[in-house]
Amino acid sequence: MSLEPQHQVHKAVMTSGHALKIPELKILQSDGTPYPGATLPDIDQELALKIYDTAVFTRVLDERMLAAQRQGRISFYMTCIGEEAAVVGSAAALSQDDMIMAQYREQAALRYRGFTTEQFMNQMFSNVKDLGKGRQMPIHYGSNELNYMTVSSPLGTQIPQAAGYAYGQKRAGKEAVTLCYFGEGAASEGDFHAGLNMAAVLNCPAIFFCRNNGYAISTPTSEQFAGDGIAPRGVGYGINTIRVDGNDMLAVLAATQQARAIAVAENKPVLIEAMSYRLGAHSSSDDPSGYRSREEEAKWREHDPVLRFKLWLLAQGWWSEEQDEALYDQYRKEVLAAVKVAETLPKPAYDTLVTDVYDTVPEHLEKQLQETRDHMARYPDHYPADSGKEA
Amino acid sequence: MAQMNLLQAINSAMDIAMATDDSAVVFGEDVGHFGGVFRATSKLQEKYGKERCFNTPLTEQGIIGFANGLAAQGSTAIAEIQFADYIFPAFDQLVNESAKFRYRSGNEFDVGRLTVRTPYGGGIAGGHYHSQSPEAYFTHTPGLKIVVPRNPYEAKGLLLASIRDDNPVVFFEPKRLYRASVGEVPEGEYTISLSKAEVVQSGSDITLLGWGAQMELIEKAAKMAADIGISCEIIDLRTLLPWDVDTVAKSVCKTGRLLVSHEAPITGGFAGEIAATIQQECFLHLESPIARVCGMDTPYPLALEQAHMADHLKIFEAIKASVEF
Repeated sequence: MSLEPQHQVHKAVMTSGHALKIPELKILQSDGTPYPGATLPDIDQELALKIYDTAVFTRVLDERMLAAQRQGRISFYMTCIGEEAAVVGSAAALSQDDMIMAQYREQAALRYRGFTTEQFMNQMFSNVKDLGKGRQMPIHYGSNELNYMTVSSPLGTQIPQAAGYAYGQKRAGKEAVTLCYFGEGAASEGDFHAGLNMAAVLNCPAIFFCRNNGYAISTPTSEQFAGDGIAPRGVGYGINTIRVDGNDMLAVLAATQQARAIAVAENKPVLIEAMSYRLGAHSSSDDPSGYRSREEEAKWREHDPVLRFKLWLLAQGWWSEEQDEALYDQYRKEVLAAVKVAETLPKPAYDTLVTDVYDTVPEHLEKQLQETRDHMARYPDHYPADSGKEA
Repeated sequence: MAQMNLLQAINSAMDIAMATDDSAVVFGEDVGHFGGVFRATSKLQEKYGKERCFNTPLTEQGIIGFANGLAAQGSTAIAEIQFADYIFPAFDQLVNESAKFRYRSGNEFDVGRLTVRTPYGGGIAGGHYHSQSPEAYFTHTPGLKIVVPRNPYEAKGLLLASIRDDNPVVFFEPKRLYRASVGEVPEGEYTISLSKAEVVQSGSDITLLGWGAQMELIEKAAKMAADIGISCEIIDLRTLLPWDVDTVAKSVCKTGRLLVSHEAPITGGFAGEIAATIQQECFLHLESPIARVCGMDTPYPLALEQAHMADHLKIFEAIKASVEF
C-alpha cells in the first residue's frame, strides 16, 4: 500500500489511541422532545406502540422474575433494566427473517419477535413445555420459529457464529441479516476480534450490536478498555461503525435501520455501539452496591429509556397515562398468572436426558438411560415423581 | 478404480461433496488458490469459485466460530485447521458450541452439517507443534463425532460420510500417510458407515486395536508376530466417538487378549477408555491384562522421535508379553 503524499512524514508521528472520536447519534432528549434539527427514523404509530408495549412487558417481566428468584421459585435471573431501548430499538429495525443472536440480556428482542409470556415461563421453570427441554439455566431462550438463536453461556461465542450465519444467508440468496448482541465486556474476548475480522474480510451481512452498559459484572469500563470504547475497533477492522445513545429508542432504531440497509445492499458488516447503563445487577447472584454508588445509579435513572420514549409517545398524542397504567397492570397480572401455571407443569420426560446429543440416540446412550431407569426404579421416592410424564 | 494417495482421496471426497451439494463450502488458512498447506483442497476454488472455497484470516477460533454459524444456518461447512496442533484456540467453539448446539437448544438449532478436517500425528520430523494427536480431548465431549482414516480408500469413504452425517464431526487426517499411503480408490462416490469398526485381519491369539496411521505399525508388528507363530486379529476402530464396542468385545472374547496402540501420550489417552470398557465387557474371557502401547507422557520431541513413538517393535514386544503372560 502506498500513502498519499499528505500522509507521508519524515519523523516519527504517534497516533493516540484516543485520536479517533466517534460521533454519537442522539435524537430524543430526556424530556421526550427531539433535539432541534434531528431526523426521525422511519416510524409510525403502530410501530411505536409495539416497541413501547415490548419495553413495558420486559420491565414488568424483569421486576417480577427477579422477585420470583428472590422467593426461590427460579434459580437465576438477568434483567434488561436500563437497556430496553438498545434492545427493542434495534430489534424493531429488523425483518422477521433476520437472525438474532443474543448474549443473554436481550429478552426484549425475543418478545418483540413474538415469544409468548408462557414460553418465557416454560423456559425459566424448565418444564416439559420448554423449547430447550430444561437443559439450560433460566434466560437461555431460543426459538427456531422466531429466528432467535438459542443463548449460550460462554461469553462472545456467538460473534464469529454471526459472521458464518450471515455468510450462509447471503449464499442462500436471502435478503436477510444476522444481528448479534454482546456487551462491552464480551468485546474483550478473542471471539469478538476473530468474528469481526472474519465478517469484514468475508463480506458478511451481519450487524454487531454492542451494548456498552458500563459494567462487566463488577468490572467498570475503565478497567475493561483503554481506548474510546468499542466503536473504534470496528473502524480498525474496516467495518462501517456508528455510536448511538443507547437510551434513546429513536436513535437506536434509526441507526439499526441504516445498518440493515448497508448490510443487505452491500453485503458488509456494521458495528453499532449503544452507550447505555445497566440499571439492574449483572444477575440475580450479583450485588452492584458493592462496586458502584447510589448517586451514579440515580444519575442514570434520569435517562430512563422507557420513560423517555413514553414522554415522546404522549407528546405525539399516541398514548395516555391511563393507557399506561392499564398496560402495566395487565402485564403484571399476565406474568403472575403464567408463573403459577409454569411452575406446576412437570419436568421434561426422562428420555430427553439422552436425546439431541446426536441426531439419533446412539447405543451407548440407550444403555446408559436404561441403567438410570433401572436404578430409579429401585429408589422411587428419591427421584421426582412428576418427571418423565408427558404434559 | 484409480490409484490415489491419501490427499487425493480426501480432495476427491470434498470435490464430490461440493458437486452434489451447492451449500457445501470449504474454508480455512491457505485453502483457496494455494490449495492448502498439504494441497488437500487443490483445484476446488478453480472449480467452485471463491465464494465456496476460500482463505480465512489466521484465526482458528474464528474459523470454527464461523463454521458453527454457517452450519447452524443450514449450509454444509467443511473447515480446515492447518495442523491439529493449532486446534486449541478453537477448543471452546468445538466443545462448548459445536458439541452442544443441538442439545442445549432442545433441537431448535444444530450444527450437524459441520465437518472439521485437520492433519494430525508424528513421524514427519515435525517436533511438538506439528506432530500431536489430540483426539482424546475431543472424545471426552458428547455431541462430537471423532473419525480417523487409515488409508486412501477409507479416507474418501469416511470423509464423505462425515460431511453428510447430521452431526458435527472432527476428522483427523494422518499427515504421515498423506503421500506415503497409496491405494485403489473408486473415482465415484461411496461412503463408509461411521461408528463401525473394521476387522482388517482375523486371528486367534490376540486382538490388536488402533486407528489412523497407527494401523500401519500394528500390521507390521502383526507380521513379525505371525513369523513366530502368533495369530493376531487386527481391528481398525475408524470412529472413536461414538465407538463400536460390540465389534471389539466380540473379538476379545474370541482371542482372550487385547492390545491397544495410539500415538498420543498414554495417560488420559483413548486407549485407557477402551481398556476400561473391554475389561468390563470381557472380564471372564481375558487371559492377560489389556496392553497399551502409546506415546510417552512428554511433549512430542524433534530429535528423538523414533524412541518416543509407539512403533512396530514396541507393539511386537507387547504382543509377545501378552501372549506369554
